[in-house]
Amino acid sequence: MSKLSDYLPPDFKPFVSSDAYKQKQRRLISEKEQSQSVVFLHSVSEVFDALNLHDGMTFSFHHHLRNGDKVIGLIGEEVHRRGLKDMTFAASSLFPNHASLVDLIKEGNVSGIIANYANGPVAKAISMGLLKKPFIMDTHGGRARAIESGDLMIDVAFIASPAVDKAGNGTGRFGPSACGTLGYAIPDLHYAKKVVLISDYQMDHIEEAELNHRYVDYVVMVDKIGDSEGIVSGTTKVTRDPVGRKIARDTVMVLDKLGLIKEGFSMQTGAGGISLAVVEYVKDLMIRQNIRARFASGGITGQYVLMHEQGLVETLYDVQCFDLRAAKSYRENRRHVAISASEYGNPFEPSPIVDQLDFVVLGATEIDLNFNVNVTTDSLGEIIGGSGGHADTAHGAKVTVVVTNLLKARLPIIKEHVTTLTTPGSDIDILVTERGIAVNPIRIDLMNQLKQKGIQIVKIEDLMQLSYQIAGVPKTLSHEKTIIGYVRYRDGSIIDVLYKKM
Amino acid sequence: MKIGMAGSLESNDALITVKESSVINIEVQSIVDAFYHDQIVQVIQSTLDAARINAIDVVCLDKGALDYTIKARLLTAIHRMEVRHE
Repeated sequence: MSKLSDYLPPDFKPFVSSDAYKQKQRRLISEKEQSQSVVFLHSVSEVFDALNLHDGMTFSFHHHLRNGDKVIGLIGEEVHRRGLKDMTFAASSLFPNHASLVDLIKEGNVSGIIANYANGPVAKAISMGLLKKPFIMDTHGGRARAIESGDLMIDVAFIASPAVDKAGNGTGRFGPSACGTLGYAIPDLHYAKKVVLISDYQMDHIEEAELNHRYVDYVVMVDKIGDSEGIVSGTTKVTRDPVGRKIARDTVMVLDKLGLIKEGFSMQTGAGGISLAVVEYVKDLMIRQNIRARFASGGITGQYVLMHEQGLVETLYDVQCFDLRAAKSYRENRRHVAISASEYGNPFEPSPIVDQLDFVVLGATEIDLNFNVNVTTDSLGEIIGGSGGHADTAHGAKVTVVVTNLLKARLPIIKEHVTTLTTPGSDIDILVTERGIAVNPIRIDLMNQLKQKGIQIVKIEDLMQLSYQIAGVPKTLSHEKTIIGYVRYRDGSIIDVLYKKM
Repeated sequence: MKIGMAGSLESNDALITVKESSVINIEVQSIVDAFYHDQIVQVIQSTLDAARINAIDVVCLDKGALDYTIKARLLTAIHRMEVRHE
């Protein structure tokens, strides 16, 4: 088998291990020059003129307006109208509503894309091989690292800001598109060469603005920066499926037996249906046993807000509000605290939030016999997601649990090898499925603890064989070996290659 | 034209339509086609063999159904085709 390094351009280093960053020094470029005064403009076109924007530049965007974001489309439209070529769009995530970018990719206006997550028509177009330059996928913490180190140099950060004040400060707390915290935009704010806030709501004065005017060069007022309905994550629904409920119950049982749910603990969960059910069961247990958590982190959901308001969770560390209830809570609750992408998951931060987690519960599109996880592509190699905070939290948390059905629409989720490697197996400790619980053999401590408590543990190989008995052995596919992108691990090394869709 | 249908387009199910024909004709469209196409055709073929049917048109729109589901939907579709035209 060929090695990953055979496929890498010379300036890319292959992934070594998830703690290799500890041997490296943090690299920091200097923060952007502080602006003397903020200039207010009334159209995107004016700011393109004022900054003399030209071919080949890199623009950055955040995804706090999720599937309701209009800013990427607005900037794309202006790039297209002016016929600018070879632009790179560095967006923290791309969603189905960014479909208008596909034409810009086809026509060569946009030739490079960097994102932590991509889903929808743009992801499809990239998977088809339409993007001229390789697509680079970071983690949430890794993107902060890439920006502060200069690996990702941003010419202009176009930051959607739900409200701005007269001094040029910005916040996500107010306005018709209020989306809550703006954690993913903070590295862009500090390190882009130029910063432009795009807003549709102006106030006299903003207290404790997340976006400080000292970094802001221009503010552009437009009609609408987003649809608040689209801000709500499509994945955020508690599962009612009995199989999913069983997986969630077993997960909480395992966490409890490991003594992880105790006074002052900390947790994070993904936004998948099973993860949300896990939160329900954790909450029940906390109420029954009178346990309070020190913090919950991540994309904060309405579920966590309720727990916070009921006194069950002391602090919410929130990089990104997942729903409007969370956005409202951030505006009203003092202990609902905004954190930047760097404070959340940058491996080079002295003590990022992910490193303080007792446990995290995550999903998987595929998991293999070495516990490697793929949440980036489907089993045919088409891009359907990306790490987001997956690899960051998996590394930071003391215990990382992956929850998944054994089969999804016939496809076995446990593979001999994942199609695409997102999170290394060395950071995945426990797999909970409806047919059994497997523990990564490198975590002998957890294995022994659970066995002592009478919990039955099965081998991941046996779970895979069981899924083959139920569904049949899936045909092995031969890859078309056209590289279209790279999966960049949080430390900046390349952990896998993305291929054109089969 | 004799025709029978069974199943649905829900995830983990299949919608199977059978029509009378002078030969066996099996068409499969599946969301897991890349991994299980041959196995789906095979379970349809073996179910027809067991029912001693050697002339029928089968269209299977599969949403990730397991073999026993495909078999049950196929037999029900055949049954409906026959009952309706008795």
